[in-house]
Parts: sequence; C-alpha cells; structure tokens
Amino acid sequence: MTKNVNITINGQQLTVPEDTTILDAARQIGIDIPTLCHLKDTNEIGVCRVCVVEVKGARNLIPSCITKVTEGMEILTNSPKAREAREMVMNLILATHPKDCLTCDRNSDCELRTLAEKMGIRKVDFGAPVKDLPLDDSNPSIIRDQSKCILCRRCVSVCNEVQKVSAISMINRGISTTVGTAFDKGLEDSPCVFCGQCVNVCPTGALTERFQLREVWEALHDPEKHVVIQTAPAIRVSLGEELGEEPGTIVTGKMVGALRKVGFDKVFDTDFTADLTIMEEGHEFLERLNGNGKLPLLTSCSPGWINYVETFYPEFLDNVSSCKSPQQMFGAVIKTYYAKKFNIDPATIFTVSAMPCTAKKYEANRPEMNSSGYQDVDAVLTTRELGMLIKEAGIDWANVEESQFDEPFGEGTGAGVIFGSSGGVMEAALRTLSEVVTGKELESLDFKDVRGLDGIKEAELTLGGQKLKVAVVNGLGNAKKVMEGLKAKELDYHFVEIMACPGGCIGGGGQPRLSTPEVKQKRMEAIYRADLGLPRRKSHENPAVQELYKEFLEKPLGEKSHHLLHTGYTPKEK
Amino acid sequence: MGKCCCGNTCQDSRLTEILEEYKGKEGVLIPVLQRAQEIKGYLPEKTIRAIADFFNKPYSEVYGVATFYAQFRLQPSGENTIRVCAGTACHVRGGKAILDKVCSELNIAPGGTSADGKFSLEPVACLGACGLAPVMMINDTTYGRLTPEKIPEILAKY
Repeated sequence: MTKNVNITINGQQLTVPEDTTILDAARQIGIDIPTLCHLKDTNEIGVCRVCVVEVKGARNLIPSCITKVTEGMEILTNSPKAREAREMVMNLILATHPKDCLTCDRNSDCELRTLAEKMGIRKVDFGAPVKDLPLDDSNPSIIRDQSKCILCRRCVSVCNEVQKVSAISMINRGISTTVGTAFDKGLEDSPCVFCGQCVNVCPTGALTERFQLREVWEALHDPEKHVVIQTAPAIRVSLGEELGEEPGTIVTGKMVGALRKVGFDKVFDTDFTADLTIMEEGHEFLERLNGNGKLPLLTSCSPGWINYVETFYPEFLDNVSSCKSPQQMFGAVIKTYYAKKFNIDPATIFTVSAMPCTAKKYEANRPEMNSSGYQDVDAVLTTRELGMLIKEAGIDWANVEESQFDEPFGEGTGAGVIFGSSGGVMEAALRTLSEVVTGKELESLDFKDVRGLDGIKEAELTLGGQKLKVAVVNGLGNAKKVMEGLKAKELDYHFVEIMACPGGCIGGGGQPRLSTPEVKQKRMEAIYRADLGLPRRKSHENPAVQELYKEFLEKPLGEKSHHLLHTGYTPKEK
Repeated sequence: MGKCCCGNTCQDSRLTEILEEYKGKEGVLIPVLQRAQEIKGYLPEKTIRAIADFFNKPYSEVYGVATFYAQFRLQPSGENTIRVCAGTACHVRGGKAILDKVCSELNIAPGGTSADGKFSLEPVACLGACGLAPVMMINDTTYGRLTPEKIPEILAKY
C-alpha cells in the first residue's frame, strides 16, 4: 500500500500518495506549473527545465514533473527564483527558434508559442542566430524541420519506447545536438514506418505531415475533375476536436454536410470498403483455415504495420493478408466499377481520402497501388488537414447542416465503423465469419474480449465446431512482443489483428494532437456508440457490398477481386 | 577475407573477432566502438550497422553514441592531420581567422576530411605553444605566429 504524505504548495496544505509528482500534486489543487517536454507515461525525463519549482531546504530548483513528493515538503511554484529560472529557460529556447510563427504550420496550436504567451514572455533577451538546419522532406508522409526542434525528446521516446521502431535518436552533443536518424539519412532511408506517432506528440512545427491541401484545392477548382472524398471510420469521432467540439463527439452528419459545401462531387464512406475488406479477408481466412495458406493470418489494414512487418519481420510476409486496406480498395473501386457505372472517364476522377493516419499518405504512393490503371488514391488528408480544409473553405462549423453520405458507397455497417478502433477489424470479421460458417444468425454481435485500449488482447472462440485462438494488438511495441512470440513459437494463433498506433486508428498519427489515453478512451466509446446506432452491423448485410459483388466483382476472392483488391509485400532494408 | 556477422564478406574479419570477444556482455558498446575504430582509423557506416545488428540495437542508437563522443570518427582521416588551436591565447590573437582560412582553403568543416583525402581538420583546445599564438600543427610540425595569408603557402607543402 502506498503511504500518504503531507506537503505544502504555495502555502496550501494537502495530503497525497507518496508516489505523486510535485506537478501532479499541484494540478490536483488547481495550480498549473508550465511543462514542455513532459508527456505523461511516455516522456518523463525532465530535460527542458520549464517546470522547475522552489523546494524549501533544497539547494537547487527542482524539476516538478519528475520529482516525487516527500513528507513535509514545502513547495513554491511561483517564487521569484522559480519564475526567473523558467523565464530564462524559455528565453534560451526561444533565442534560437525560428520566428515565422505567422505562417508556421503550428501557428494555432504550438505548445511553445502557447507557453511563451502563458508565461508572459514578450521579448527574447538573447541575440543568438536562429537554428538553420536542413529540412527532411524525403518521403510522402512526414516532414521534419529540424530548425524548429526544441530537443524535448518526445518523438524519440515515442519512437523508441512505445513503437520500438527506433528510427530516430539523439545525435551529436552539446550545442550541435539534433534529433536524427542513423547516418543522418532522410526518414525514407531509415527504418521509419511513417506511423506519425512522433508528429502527434511534437510540441512545435518540427514534425508535421506532408500537407496535400493544395493539391486537393487545385482538383476542386478544376472543372474537368470529378473529385470524390472518402472518410475513414475513426475521423467521425475525432474531427470535431479540430473544430472546437469535445473529444468523443460523433460528427458524421456535420462532416458530410461540410465536405459537400467545400465542393466535393461525392462524399463517400470508407466504412463501405471496410465491409468489403471483411468479405475478402474473411474468405481469405477461411481458405487458410482449410489449409490454403499460412496461419496465423495477420491483418493488413494498417499501413504503418505493413511498413513495420516489411522492415522488421519479412519472414512473416506470407502470413499477412493480401487484402489492400479499405482506403486502397476504395480508390480501386472508384476508378473502375464506379467510373463505369456512372460513365465517368477514370482519368478525370480525383480521389481524396480523409484518414487518421500519416502512413496512409505513404501507402497511397506505393507503386503497386495502381491496379485500376490509375493511382488508386490521389491525395490523403489527415484529420488535422480535414479540419484545416473546412476552416479554409470558410464554413461555419457550428451551423453546418447535417447531411448523408452519397450513394452507392454511402452505406457502411456498424462492422465498418468499428474498424477505427483496436479490436474492430477482428470483431467485424467474427460477426461475418460466424454467420457465413454456421449459416445461423448470431445472438449477440458484441465480442467484448477484443475491445478496449489494452495493447494485447486474446480471445478463444468456436467457429463451426473448430476452436480458434485470436489476438488483437495495437501499438508497434506490442506488435514486436507478439511477433517475437510467434517467431519463437511460444505464441500460437489463428488470426491476429495488428494496428500500428496505440489504441488503433482512434490514436492514429494523423489525429488531432495529443491523443492522451483519456481522449482515446472517449473516441473509442464514440466508435462503439456509432456502431450501435446503425441499422446494419454486419459487413455481409451491406446491400451496396452485395450489389458490388453481383454487378462487378462476382465473388469474394474472385478474379476481379484478386486483381483490384489484393496486393503483395516486399521485404525492406532496415 | 572472412565472413562477417553482417552476412557480407567484409574487407576485414577483425571486426567479427572483436564482436565475438564481447558477445553476450552488457554495457560494452563504447569499448567495441573503440576497438572497431582501430581497424581503419574511423567507423564506416557498414561497421556501425554490423555492431548494431550484433548487439541487437537500433542503428540510430549506435550512431547516436558514436556521434556523442569526440573520440569517434565517422569519416576516414586524411593523410595529414591539421590541428588548429582554439585556446584562449590563440583566440585573442586571431585563431578563429586561421581556422576559417583553413576551412575555406580546403572546403571542409572542422572535423572533416578534404575531398582529395589529403587533410583532416581538428580544432583543439590548446597546443601548449601559447607564446607562438596563433598556432596550428600539421602532423608533428608546429606553425606559429600565423596570419591567414600564410595558410595557402603552408598547405601547399603537403
């Protein structure tokens, strides 16, 4: 049992458990101490020194984010000494930081700028030259502007400790210190998988997605172009955050209404191809269960995970489902079936997808993603960019009228929606597989064992008399554990869902910034609320999917599916 | 030529021998890097990758360690080593201008090696010849009371 200790903060007495940090204790009584490098549970290293406080009897100022309280501690968070030191630290950071805030990608939500404002810093006292370091724009997903890096190390912690990809580290020493890759190569030539977890935690403009808003506007303004957008399951529960709503608000109707106003010719739902994925991947699983192909089957929806397995576990590539991700299936279906059905020249179609993900940008640019004869997906916007697009279009979000997705790809089932959360792909697959195999309707559609934010979830179930063991994994650090277990033959599953980001797509690298566990929990609850609110909750009952098979694809795993909806993988050099 | 742990046939199997010596030991990265540097006088990318693979560490981490310490070189040394003094006495008598001149003449940065492989440049804190400030050394020869104008002439000797 943890002991309680008595402390005083700014003269106020309180009792807290002894493993509480000074920072947390202060926040409990409404005293805010500024922080910059601190990221709860991920980056607790006290390097920036913005959070220093004065402790009576201590020789030096104390970093409050990493120092635990002790009995009788007397803390002053706003003493002249503490304030002066914090201001000095900020001054030193700001001295070499570029001052192009007006046009910086982070001008509205930069933590450094906000902190300077909060601390009342109105001028920088040192005349040091600002950082001028090379820009890394080597890849389609993430741009690194080292000049704007304040060396807080959040990205390094996320990449090394959470995701275990370790593409970046601290390079050099002293004033020459940077965050960099091995041999200072671009991210493209590093083991980076483009999951964007680093982008999600960066406090400044040093890490951003590669913006594609300009391309999207150009297409929208081109009268020759037929511009369609698909929106991923996980952004309907997070886009609201970019537009002033509380985390966990479901904004599907308003989002569709806003995108129609922006000028898209059609607004479609990626849930539709999530359902299509279940049809293809479910049948692929049954094939493998019948001895045609390797088990366990590993899911393929998450492009960050695909990059990871190609780089770190290429010996398992035959286990990965050959299904393209829902985003890519959508692009391929739009430029073939949809073009034909509505008599539109596929060369004039511009497909945009709105995704909670930075790796989707990389995926869209993969050379194999053009089986329709055209690039399946032309531009990918993150949730953050989608928020910007709506703002740039001058749309009054508060008063946007709700609207519904366009036919024929407007209907997704609850099974499609839950793709946005860890466990969703597995649950959607189980809903369909159970009925396809047994021919009987399920009594309960909720497979609760696979839900939740836990990194590794396991479940056992019976499918047509056969016992199956499945696992659901989110976060690449957890994927590493499972892959090592499979490699050592210590783990044995039939089917494993793997998503690169902690929590699944609701915690994606393209989501509104600082996806804390609390925020992710709210988004996840919203996803399951959205599932419950839909008339159809099983992928195989999606009438549009049934029609697509009848009119065009013929059957799951058929020749057309094979050509358009499936793909292969290539081992990558680390 | 022996088969290296990295799977390739390396120019030198000495790296494999060094790695084997430290196999299974903890906290040995720095001594391994030191020993590996002895082979060629610097740490080529391939060597760093081989060390990282052997100890199952990320390339970025090993590279980070190698760049942290001044003792590790990531580029081959030039045939001749220039040491320009950056100590206090040299600094007040124009040492910075000497360093700048050497850099511009050879088109290199401190710590670098010239494109023709002839010179590498190392700034040092003090050469102990303050009476001759500003001073630099090329290999074992000391050049004192320098002016930037004297630099091209000196370099031409090598």
